[in-house]
Amino acid sequence: MTPMVGFLARRLFYLLPVLIAVSLLTFLIASLLPGDLAYTILGDQATPENVAALRHDMGLDEPIWWRYLGWLGHVLEGDLGRSFRTGQTVLQAVAERLPVSFELMLFAQIIALAVGVPLAIVCAARSGGPFDRFMTGTAFGMLSVPAFLSAILLIYLFAVELHWLPATGYIPFTEDPIGNLRFFVLPSLTLGLAEWPGIMRVLRSDMIAALQEDYITLAKAKGLKPSRILFVHALKPSSLTLITITGINIGRLMGGTVIVETIFALPGIGRLLVGAIGTRDLIILQGVVLCIACGYVLMNFVVDMLYAVIDPRIRHGHA
Amino acid sequence: MNAQALLSVENAAVDLPTARGNLRAVDSVDLTLAPGKTLGIVGESGCGKTMLSRAILQLLPKKAKLSGRVMFDGQDLTRLSPDALRKLRARSLAVVFQDPMTSLNPVLTIGTQLTETLQEHLELDTATATKRAVELLVAVGIPAPEQRLTQYPHQLSGGMRQRVAIAIALSCEPKLLIADEPTTALDVTIQAQILDLLAREQRRRHMAMIIITHDLGVVAGRTDEVAVMYAGRVVECAPTPVLFKNMHMPYTEALLAAIPKLDTPPHTALPAISGRPPDPTRPMKGCSFAPRCRYADGRCQGEKPRLERAATAAHQYACFHPIKLAAGAGA
Amino acid sequence: MATLELSIHEEAVSPVRTGRRLGMLFWTAIGWMILVFAVAILAPLLPLPSPTDMDMLERRAAFSALHWLGTDGLGRDELARLVYGARISLVVGLCAPVIGVTIGGALGMLAGYFRGRFEALAVGSMDVLLAFPPLIFALAVTAFLGQSIFNLTCVLGVLSIPAFMRVARAATLTLARREFVIAAQALGASHARILLRELLPNVALPLLAFFLLGVAVIILVEGALSFLGLGVPPPISSWGSMIGEGRESLDVAPRLAFIPAIVMFLTVLSFNLIGDTLRAITDPRQGAL
Repeated sequence: MTPMVGFLARRLFYLLPVLIAVSLLTFLIASLLPGDLAYTILGDQATPENVAALRHDMGLDEPIWWRYLGWLGHVLEGDLGRSFRTGQTVLQAVAERLPVSFELMLFAQIIALAVGVPLAIVCAARSGGPFDRFMTGTAFGMLSVPAFLSAILLIYLFAVELHWLPATGYIPFTEDPIGNLRFFVLPSLTLGLAEWPGIMRVLRSDMIAALQEDYITLAKAKGLKPSRILFVHALKPSSLTLITITGINIGRLMGGTVIVETIFALPGIGRLLVGAIGTRDLIILQGVVLCIACGYVLMNFVVDMLYAVIDPRIRHGHA
Repeated sequence: MNAQALLSVENAAVDLPTARGNLRAVDSVDLTLAPGKTLGIVGESGCGKTMLSRAILQLLPKKAKLSGRVMFDGQDLTRLSPDALRKLRARSLAVVFQDPMTSLNPVLTIGTQLTETLQEHLELDTATATKRAVELLVAVGIPAPEQRLTQYPHQLSGGMRQRVAIAIALSCEPKLLIADEPTTALDVTIQAQILDLLAREQRRRHMAMIIITHDLGVVAGRTDEVAVMYAGRVVECAPTPVLFKNMHMPYTEALLAAIPKLDTPPHTALPAISGRPPDPTRPMKGCSFAPRCRYADGRCQGEKPRLERAATAAHQYACFHPIKLAAGAGA
Repeated sequence: MATLELSIHEEAVSPVRTGRRLGMLFWTAIGWMILVFAVAILAPLLPLPSPTDMDMLERRAAFSALHWLGTDGLGRDELARLVYGARISLVVGLCAPVIGVTIGGALGMLAGYFRGRFEALAVGSMDVLLAFPPLIFALAVTAFLGQSIFNLTCVLGVLSIPAFMRVARAATLTLARREFVIAAQALGASHARILLRELLPNVALPLLAFFLLGVAVIILVEGALSFLGLGVPPPISSWGSMIGEGRESLDVAPRLAFIPAIVMFLTVLSFNLIGDTLRAITDPRQGAL
């Protein structure tokens, strides 16, 4: 197990500076604001005295690196700030909405995998044939259809024309599981449809490459069942890239939830972000961006760990 | 042909369509192999020996076309259904490839790669299969076999990996084992060990074996018969001692001369064969070796020599100017 | 969701059948692109009503001789809006990747050529940028800095730098070891000369292919942002904002959303096809199997 622990330690070592860099970047973006934060907060109550007082209160008159350290200190204590519109702390707001975004991302990823992986396997097994060509063409075309386009198409089809599914709305799972799932169908489908082509293309090409390797010829020479050769001998080495793609997808999914939650009115973190932009609630904005970015870094870290589980060569430091 | 032959290849030809035209990788090859005997197939790279082995194993690339018959144990392999063929594998036909680093799956354990064959063909349960796997590893000379089962190919040395590949091939007691350049990817010091292991197991199990190599030295003393291939054809074939003592093909003579020997004076230039093998997409009218042969003449360039029998019935050669080598030049 | 993650995985296979002849699909894509560009550039000269003229009596009107594609919710001519929207979408779609390819391409070539600490620094800073989910980054910057076409283009451009850097660096790494570079160095050529004369022409083709793919992605991202009203600042409208506005009328006049959607889809598809074809040609190893 020692090589595994060493691998883990090395990865954690890289994690820290990345998180610090992310926090710095977030802080710098927030300080880009032309004009004055205090001004914006006070709105029409902004007299020169009030502004000066608030600035002093918020520490805005201090040098930037000092402010950064101060802010970072607060963050590490768990204090990401408080919305001056709603009075809620950032952490409260995020915690409330995290389950919604998480549910959306989870369903979307499941749909994307459930569609992409089987198609990739079938296409790789029959590569060059008519089905393969058709599916590859379709996947390519779908790459030009972004989430917001699929969204309006699905809404038009299922909500406006057929009235099968609701276009917007949300009920917590704990209150009404069926209702909750109904509200999630279209959004998850939208996001899943945007992600499956990427998954399918990558897994397919990896499997085609794997199927040309010598070890597949030997597996055939051993007289193993074709299904075993496909699913064990070819799929396993190819799944590494699949994990990479799933990892990269998380960033895309996060961006996607912003769009999808806004379109379908799901009270998730994405919508929180967009709402904060709309109301110029800049404290919330800064805090939410920090949370999302850190979450992204951590998820990538988890994906890295999964690598080691799948590919023993990486575990032993060989690959 | 021979009713006793385990393997009988009849007029086999392999055609590969390529961008530059049709490539005849194997051209009218006839071979027979009796049960328990060893055949060595020798030739330069590109002479078609690997394609021939793939043709016998029915593992040709999708685009390749095979004509002729491959009779194995009374059945024509070219006419078998995929399912019947699959069942035949491992239990009748097994193979060891050249590079165990690429022929073993890097993400599956040694144990899995051993037991899956056992479980597929012998229908053993996991416990029995694991026990058999350990026995096999012991038989091929791998120390600490139980540990190896959970290890991955990259954790073993090259020689050990090839031993594992051999263990896999032997696992279901095949009637014929084809070893395609089994030692080419290994260190020189390991080569003899692996060849000895193959020979030993072959004798023990009364298995027929085909060793494919570019090195005449490998087949000397380890095979019953040798077939020499050049440009897709068998140009000479004879029982091994007969070939080494009485070789008739200039090409075989040249191959033998190209083997470094212990008794040559130091710094002697190695007599390599000048020129290169012909382009397989452009079939030649005359003998394929003629451009590089020092005995060649007009007839050789105009007409293709056919295989004919020599003084000993089992010895065949295809040449218009056969040489008679009386002195034995053992490797 | 289209992504600013421009590493459309390099080993993914395209359905584009290459070989010496370029198929009909390719030429159709070129044709469409030329049409869109021509219309966008010549917009002021075309006999179109103004895209901002509102005719409150003719709101959501159907196709007619006066308004070929009808009018939108505020009575504005759809065709005119489509054409002027093309200008916006194309301007952002082209300028942002230009930023990416020049800065990213330069950084990548320098990193791949000089190696050492410079390379480590370049790759490291790209990693920091990549640690941010791209869309979030774009939203945050435009939120704090203010919404404008200029800001939007800059942000999207900056976000595309890592991908171009990666392509340029990879190409330079393989090329820098080839004989023609060593030969030039032996002849005493300066670094600048080698970079510009020997390496750049070879790196340019893969970069161009990637550039076109990048345009497709940027058009989609800008479209998504404008769809939400967070991209190009209203009242300027691009295809994305047209689709966003059309969403309101899905029940009565779905064409208001679908016409710009189809146009955007065809344009993005064309860029993708051409870029993929070019990539398959310049690097056959990564092309059709």
